[in-house]
Amino acid sequence: MRINFKTSYNHDIRLFEDRFTFLKYAVLMALGIALPFLIGDFYLGEVTNVLIWAIAGLGLMLLTGQTGQVSLGHAAFLALGAYSNLILLDKGVPFIISFPLAGIITGVVGTIIAIPALRLHGIYLAIATMAISILADDIIVLTEPWTGGVVGMFPPTIDIFGFEIERWSQPGRFYYLVLITTVVCTLFYRNLLRAPLGRAFAAVRDSEVSAAAMGVHISRTKMTAFGISCAITGLAGALMGYFSGMVNNETFTVIISIQLLMMIVIGGLGSIHGAFFGAFVVAFLPQGLSIAKGWLGTSSVAIPGLEAGVFGMILILFILFEPDGIYGRWVKTRIWFELFPFARKDMFKRQKSYLKTERLR
Amino acid sequence: MDFFQLFVSGLANGSIYGLIALGFVMIYKATEAVNFAQGEFMMFGAFIALWLTNDEYIGMSFWIAVPLAMAAMAVFGYILELTIIRRLFGQNQTAVVILTIALGFVIRFFAGVFWGHEPQTIQSPLAQGDITIGGVVLGFADLTVILVTVLLTFALYQFFKHTKLGLAMQASSQNQMAAYYMGIPVKRVQGFIWALAGAVAAVAGVLFASKGAIDPNAGFLGIKAFAAAVIGGFGSLPGALVGGLIIGVIEPFAARYLPAGYSQMAPYALLLFVLVFRPNGLFSQVRTKKV
Repeated sequence: MRINFKTSYNHDIRLFEDRFTFLKYAVLMALGIALPFLIGDFYLGEVTNVLIWAIAGLGLMLLTGQTGQVSLGHAAFLALGAYSNLILLDKGVPFIISFPLAGIITGVVGTIIAIPALRLHGIYLAIATMAISILADDIIVLTEPWTGGVVGMFPPTIDIFGFEIERWSQPGRFYYLVLITTVVCTLFYRNLLRAPLGRAFAAVRDSEVSAAAMGVHISRTKMTAFGISCAITGLAGALMGYFSGMVNNETFTVIISIQLLMMIVIGGLGSIHGAFFGAFVVAFLPQGLSIAKGWLGTSSVAIPGLEAGVFGMILILFILFEPDGIYGRWVKTRIWFELFPFARKDMFKRQKSYLKTERLR
Repeated sequence: MDFFQLFVSGLANGSIYGLIALGFVMIYKATEAVNFAQGEFMMFGAFIALWLTNDEYIGMSFWIAVPLAMAAMAVFGYILELTIIRRLFGQNQTAVVILTIALGFVIRFFAGVFWGHEPQTIQSPLAQGDITIGGVVLGFADLTVILVTVLLTFALYQFFKHTKLGLAMQASSQNQMAAYYMGIPVKRVQGFIWALAGAVAAVAGVLFASKGAIDPNAGFLGIKAFAAAVIGGFGSLPGALVGGLIIGVIEPFAARYLPAGYSQMAPYALLLFVLVFRPNGLFSQVRTKKV
């Protein structure tokens, strides 16, 4: 059991709790950098996929896990990020500018969309964002001159000052691009949590009334959360466009939105780790299923909807038995070992509350 | 006449949306949760009725199969509440939302495994025949759908307003603790509402299947029913019906008069419009408490 003796207030908000934690993440980082030399191209592609999903998950996590606003429309923002990046590239903007700009555009649009959406809460917000996600499909088809409609767009080779990154022939380089984006987004997220804004997000999530009483401007905070969340998601969308090699109106459907939300729930709401764990599940589930089918000797039988069905079942089991997700289970297990033999069963009991209607206020 | 024809077919489609929306609203009224799997409930109920009726499966009489399907769906709803939803009792409503979305996926998967992904038609006596009134062809199925929906909405409205159980359902959502104090078995009442929602979904499913074909993806209709429920104001049964009819009538007219590509956006655009300008729907139930 480690004892963390805090000697100053700053220790509470240090980026890494202690040297051991720092070391742990340094090793992880080193492993991440060395990965292209350790595994083959296929698995490197899979890891890249995991990281891209994790970035998207971080974006949604900020909104849903951190600020408590459920969004079922983040596929629309993935699409917006992917398309704005590609359209900017098309217009001759270099990648080094178009990529961050895609994030910023998505963030700004997200903030604008958030203004009316702020009047909604809970289930209504989920439905409104879901409608946006459904509309995105039609809007992409309608704005065909820019987006290519049903035919779609094909991402060109990335060119950063003459350094070329081609997703298929140079998976290593593309992996590093994604890795850098992931690290930047994660550090940004982590730092945000230490800043007043991140605290305000959590306050809004836990109780709007108390947050307002503490001087948090509720609607502005929600709007900022929406904006930042969409910006990160937009970056992920741009990368996803490169990863899939082709973007059209059916790349980012409402199902992707739902999958994204389920992913962060499985990973563990409200934690950075959760986004990564969830991304692992989402990215490796199809592979895992095909391996399982191989064992059963039914690999040739295509079962439509199997993936979604299994994913749904996993999610139901998590909500019933481990609402804190994979990360929550990990924390509980770790604390059990750290406190051994003093861990008690009720340490993580969730608080239950009696329901009251929102209609009569 | 063209106008009237579009209007009637819109009303019939809208009634189906309204019926699914009724399921949302009932569960919302009694538990404050939204059942995102209501569309899948409808699809599942339709498949059970189809399985009982059609000759290639069991081949029962339609009029016996429908009550059986309703009963089966009611039992399904009750067991679902008992085994899964009840475990989330006292937790955040978002958990129920995510859970029911996942449940929708699972139901769709099993329906696909059992009944395949090909669209199938139910051998329903409602499916045949039409009446021509002044040049307007009214399908028998369309008329039945509209009639049944209106009757069902009325019956449910009376049920919530006047019966003891209906009032208990409303009480247990408005203030759970007070409902407990009044001696209402809140958990069991919530089980009943899920059973009722299942039965209503079965009715919607049978009517939907009588109007056309059914396949496991028919559950996505639930999304349009959402729009209906929101437009009507979640929590109001007549509102759900009116919302459904509005969506249903707008669709054929949008398809007719709007340029291609815009028409399928109409229901969702209307949904967003209502959410932005009248977030509580046209039949608002939100009242500000005066202190």
